[in-house]
Amino acid sequence: MDILRFITAGSVDDGKSTLIGRLLYDSKSIMVDHLETLEKQSKNKNEDGIDLALLTDGLRAEREQGITIDVAYKYFTTPKRKFIIADAPGHVQYTRNMVTGASNSDLIIILVDARHGVAEQTRRHTLIASILAIPNVVVAVNKMDLVGFSEDVFNNILIDYHALIKDMNFRSVQFIPLSALNGDNIVEKSEKITWYEGVSLLDYLETIPLENAINLEISRFPVQYVVRPQTPELHDYRGYAGAIRSGIYRVGDKIQVLPSGLESTITKIEIGEKEVQEAFAPQSVILHLADDIDISRGDLIVRTEENNQPTLSKEIEAVLCWMDDSKPLAKGNKYLLQLNTRTVRAIVQEVEYKIDVHSLEKIQAPEKVLLNDLVKVKLKTAQVLAYDSYKTLRENGGAILIDETSHTTVGACMLE
Amino acid sequence: MQNYQLNHLDQLESEAIYIMREVAGQFEKPALLFSGGKDSIVLVHLALKAFRPGRLPFPLVHVDTGHNFEEVLQFRDYLANKLGEKLIVRKVEDTIQRQHLTEPKGKFASRNALQTYTLLETIEEFGFDACIGGARRDEEKARAKERIFSVRDEFGQWNPKLQRPELWNTYNGKVAKGENVRVFPISNWTELDVWNYIRRENIELPSIYFAHERTCVEFQNQLVALSEFVQLEPSDKVVKVGVRYRTVGDMTCTAAVPSQARTLDEVINEITVTRTSERGETRIDDRASEAAMEDRKRNGYF
Ligand SMILES: Nc1nc2c(ncn2[C@@H]2O[C@H](COP(=O)(O)OP(=O)(O)O)[C@@H](O)[C@H]2O)c(=O)[nH]1
Repeated sequence: MDILRFITAGSVDDGKSTLIGRLLYDSKSIMVDHLETLEKQSKNKNEDGIDLALLTDGLRAEREQGITIDVAYKYFTTPKRKFIIADAPGHVQYTRNMVTGASNSDLIIILVDARHGVAEQTRRHTLIASILAIPNVVVAVNKMDLVGFSEDVFNNILIDYHALIKDMNFRSVQFIPLSALNGDNIVEKSEKITWYEGVSLLDYLETIPLENAINLEISRFPVQYVVRPQTPELHDYRGYAGAIRSGIYRVGDKIQVLPSGLESTITKIEIGEKEVQEAFAPQSVILHLADDIDISRGDLIVRTEENNQPTLSKEIEAVLCWMDDSKPLAKGNKYLLQLNTRTVRAIVQEVEYKIDVHSLEKIQAPEKVLLNDLVKVKLKTAQVLAYDSYKTLRENGGAILIDETSHTTVGACMLE
Repeated sequence: MQNYQLNHLDQLESEAIYIMREVAGQFEKPALLFSGGKDSIVLVHLALKAFRPGRLPFPLVHVDTGHNFEEVLQFRDYLANKLGEKLIVRKVEDTIQRQHLTEPKGKFASRNALQTYTLLETIEEFGFDACIGGARRDEEKARAKERIFSVRDEFGQWNPKLQRPELWNTYNGKVAKGENVRVFPISNWTELDVWNYIRRENIELPSIYFAHERTCVEFQNQLVALSEFVQLEPSDKVVKVGVRYRTVGDMTCTAAVPSQARTLDEVINEITVTRTSERGETRIDDRASEAAMEDRKRNGYF
């Protein structure tokens, strides 16, 4: 059994909460006592039956306002897979939450209301999915019951959506007609949508291949922590602890430490005190090297014999999502930039353009960069950074910006 | 061909180890909150995998409410001793004396709310800047939105509106002086993941997780262990039944589950088919209000 992490996106009232509620309910992941609470709340709202959407509402403020604000994580398991859902809000003022939820997702379900077709929100969510490089897309055409389960309506949406993504690079795109409210094509194939030849949503989520979710061709190992027991018996023990972000490492591999450029050979690999001959992403391991060289947290260990080496530079271009609601981003501002385990100072040299999330056009040299804006920036770092382009290798191309005075995370950078 | 796919338990384990090492790499004075309950026992097991053959880069810390199960306290001391790791115990009783706190009254008077005071005192005493805890997002609705690195202000308060965005596997542990971070390495585990992991790794647990005979008071369809902390009333029905515990908290606010499951396999079978949530079945304190957990967390509770 493996894990599929996915995010759901849609405009308000497209039925996102109902859909998630349905998946949890039909997979029997909702416990009886939670159902009782739901029934109570549903009564409070003067609705009959259970309002499945209530299931995904977490905090009291949200309950009171009746909207989802933050990212909430939901879990369900079927005999085939464990699923982690990032439930993020859809409005434009919550773009940062969606970006957050998208950053860890292998798949996005984009809800489209069959009556409205590809909407402004659909464009925005698809753009974010593309910028965050989510590999797999499911376009869930919901509320099919309200359009008489029409194949034409479905096909038109399919054509419109293909036009929208013609310049984007998703690994897979799947269209599924459904009715979240009634459960059509959610778990079981609908008997009302006879013309649809594909599988139900859950079936699709259970079987989509995940072998390619992590890049195993390019090897990246950011050092987290140096284990040095310094006891008499283990006097010379020196292990570099970290999680392999991508690729495979084997005993005997020639490696290079970046940015210093020092070289050595792997002599031993340990996983939880057991020795192994090889280890792969995303395993947490301890590496031992032949030479006693200077390595500390923030260094990147790569295999010298691979073609794809990271870029070593202090001048970095990135697409950035601005996440601070109190201060704008501006040229000349200084931040900390954290890429995996490495943290360096960075200065914003230029804000090249802003991406209009509705028209998808570029607005050159924007005056202000505010919360939720997506912009192209040039950064200069104080030390050399060893990074990959986010498009090629998500695992070593996504960095955060930290405000040094408030300490909060203010930006998400997709490095180029 | 070799299969380079990790199964779900391996993925969860690897992620938790990574998070533990981020704590060691980013903080000066971390601590691991260790209660002797199954989730924190799993945390200790993961910490060993992360740092052995070295020593743990943090002490184990227990806030003892004085209402804990004896078997659990014994297990706590046994494990710390066996591992040779440092265990710090601070007692709610002492905080009550020092700060002149008022003990809650009533039938099942719980010190659950008071333990927050002791935890904050302990954090201040040792200057802990990060506390690792075993909370999971599947436990409760407010927890579903908790970050893996969750920042608390000087008063230990959690503000759901001011949570930091948490992207990829990048955890921002920067805090101002006085602030600290609560870290939850098993956020993405469900109750069943924890049990399956315990079975796979052969992890030792205190005996109360397995079926045993216990004298209990029946209260609103729940079974609460009879102890000196529970005020009996003449109308109370006292029964001797076969029970096990699904979670372990204070004796006064943790309910037992009727069970005959004496082995790990039997326990897992029961939990796999149950349709009642972990907290719903075993916690009396969550029933007070819909937002009980959220309110406690705002005030510094774990
Ligand atoms: N007829 C119909 N109504 C639906 C369907 N899915 C959701 N709805 C209704 O649409 C409304 C909005 O759904 P909700 O899940 O709250 O939308 P969200 O804002 O995207 O989370 C609710 O009244 C649902 O009952 C569907 O498939 N068919």
